[in-house]
Amino acid sequence: MNIQALSAQLLVGLINGSFYALLSLGLAVIFGMLNVINFAHGALYMMGAFCAYFLLNLFGIGYWPALIIAPIVVGLFGILMERSLLQWLTGLDHLYGLLLTFGVALILQGLFQNYFGSSGLPYAIPTELQGGVNLGFMFLPIYRGWVVIFSLVVCLVTWYLIERTQLGAYLRAATENPTLVRAFGINVPRMITLTFGFGVGLAALAGVLSAPINQVRPLMGADLIIVVFAVVVIGGMGSIMGSIITGFALGVIEGLTKYFYPEASNTVVFVFMVLVLLLKPTGLTGRAT
Amino acid sequence: MLEARQHSGASASPLLEVAGLEAWYGESHILHGVDFQVREGEVVTLLGRNGAGKTTTLKSIMGIIGKRRGSVKFEGREIIRASSDHIARLGVAFCPEERGIFASLDVRENLMLPPEVRPGGLSLDQIFDLFPNLKERLSSSQGTKLSGGEQQMLAIARILRTGARFLMLDEPTEGLAPVIIQQIGRTIARLKSEGFTILLVEQNFRFASTVADRFYIVEHGKIIDGFANADLGANMDKLHTYLGV
Ligand SMILES: Nc1ncnc2c1ncn2[C@@H]1O[C@H](COP(=O)(O)OP(=O)(O)O)[C@@H](O)[C@H]1O
Ligand SMILES: [Mg+2]
Repeated sequence: MNIQALSAQLLVGLINGSFYALLSLGLAVIFGMLNVINFAHGALYMMGAFCAYFLLNLFGIGYWPALIIAPIVVGLFGILMERSLLQWLTGLDHLYGLLLTFGVALILQGLFQNYFGSSGLPYAIPTELQGGVNLGFMFLPIYRGWVVIFSLVVCLVTWYLIERTQLGAYLRAATENPTLVRAFGINVPRMITLTFGFGVGLAALAGVLSAPINQVRPLMGADLIIVVFAVVVIGGMGSIMGSIITGFALGVIEGLTKYFYPEASNTVVFVFMVLVLLLKPTGLTGRAT
Repeated sequence: MLEARQHSGASASPLLEVAGLEAWYGESHILHGVDFQVREGEVVTLLGRNGAGKTTTLKSIMGIIGKRRGSVKFEGREIIRASSDHIARLGVAFCPEERGIFASLDVRENLMLPPEVRPGGLSLDQIFDLFPNLKERLSSSQGTKLSGGEQQMLAIARILRTGARFLMLDEPTEGLAPVIIQQIGRTIARLKSEGFTILLVEQNFRFASTVADRFYIVEHGKIIDGFANADLGANMDKLHTYLGV
């Protein structure tokens, strides 16, 4: 067994797992509050990366501020999207939200492709995070280690916010019975809008994190989101910790497959999805409804 | 004496004034002009058969029925067009018939959920004084794991924290054991003595007669009669006809 190659694939798996976790976490939060399966999530992730790219190339604003600014800007775009489009779908079947957000994703990706083509735009690793360290058994590029740790922290903070704070209690309660929560004096429509903005912001954050690794491409989200939806199906919609753990775990499993049986590395997630759908259709952590 | 109080109350405007209230669920017209009033400090009970429109009346006042018309005035302010979060912030609290305990919240989170809308809500100590059982169950993982009686107490307790002085309780005794019904009766009496105003919906007319100042009878989405508790004896025969008991 080649430890060096194995740990390299494990690291790739953890990196991919970070993106899966951040994206499926946002999807789960959005689904819980809005009952919308947000197919535009990949496009919004792409917009996060483009936002970082514009900030740098138009305004000279670098990576660190972009990490904060891009999620806010794209999150505001999400809020606009919720107010102008999604709010009218309240109470309708999932299918409407799915079709609408799918349409939005196609439009956004088409627009970006029209202006920027399909090839990747480079985005440099910030100087502070360049280089790497030799861990003995492997060489760890610092930026990649940063992405894994930072994503994990963001995921855990989000989990804490939702599961352990008063604001999170409002969110959980409103997911269950929005009418009653509103009758207690909480502005639930505003909370729904902000939740969508937050979930979108998480996607944009993932986009910024990904820019130095995967370059900035109009279709960067389209490729990723298919896997993320499989992750969500496996983990089960509506569980915060479930989507975090499933995201990282499937990234790692993918990495391991790349080492042990590379031919299956692109399909292993979908094989898992089929198995889970057959054995436990609500997902591993999903609640039967 | 009650007559005298009613007269003196008539000069001051009532705390809640419902006039010509209509409400719809989608296409079905449920309330056809509900008229009644609740004065400050009173316990008023809406009685009526199943499906008469009692719950719909409370929900319309709370602003959670989509289509409603007529007039609901709280503290003299028209609230028929207001959103339910706005109405709650004026000091109106609602305890729904199905209790509405949240499964994804533990007992403490359920208790602490409704935000304070006015200063002067009951403190946790005062609440545990009223409902000692709740204190023991506070660390229970899931609100919905509590017994029916405990869930009802939790549902009432959480709205007492908020500082709202007008409470709407929808069938708080439904399906509960006699000892628990007595405890809820004592709670209502105590809240009344502390100046809360309560609009109660009850099927359990014997229970209602132990706590209410006045009754209104709801039938087919209208108030068809009303009388004071003191006149209960004289209205007994009518009441049996109305309620079919
Ligand atoms: N969500 C609903 N959708 C449609 N009709 C309803 C709904 N809730 C209640 N109703 C109808 O409205 C009428 C009044 O119901 P409700 O106010 O709950 O009666 P009560 O509380 O007096 O038993 C009933 O005929 C009931 O069938
Ligand atoms: Mg009812």
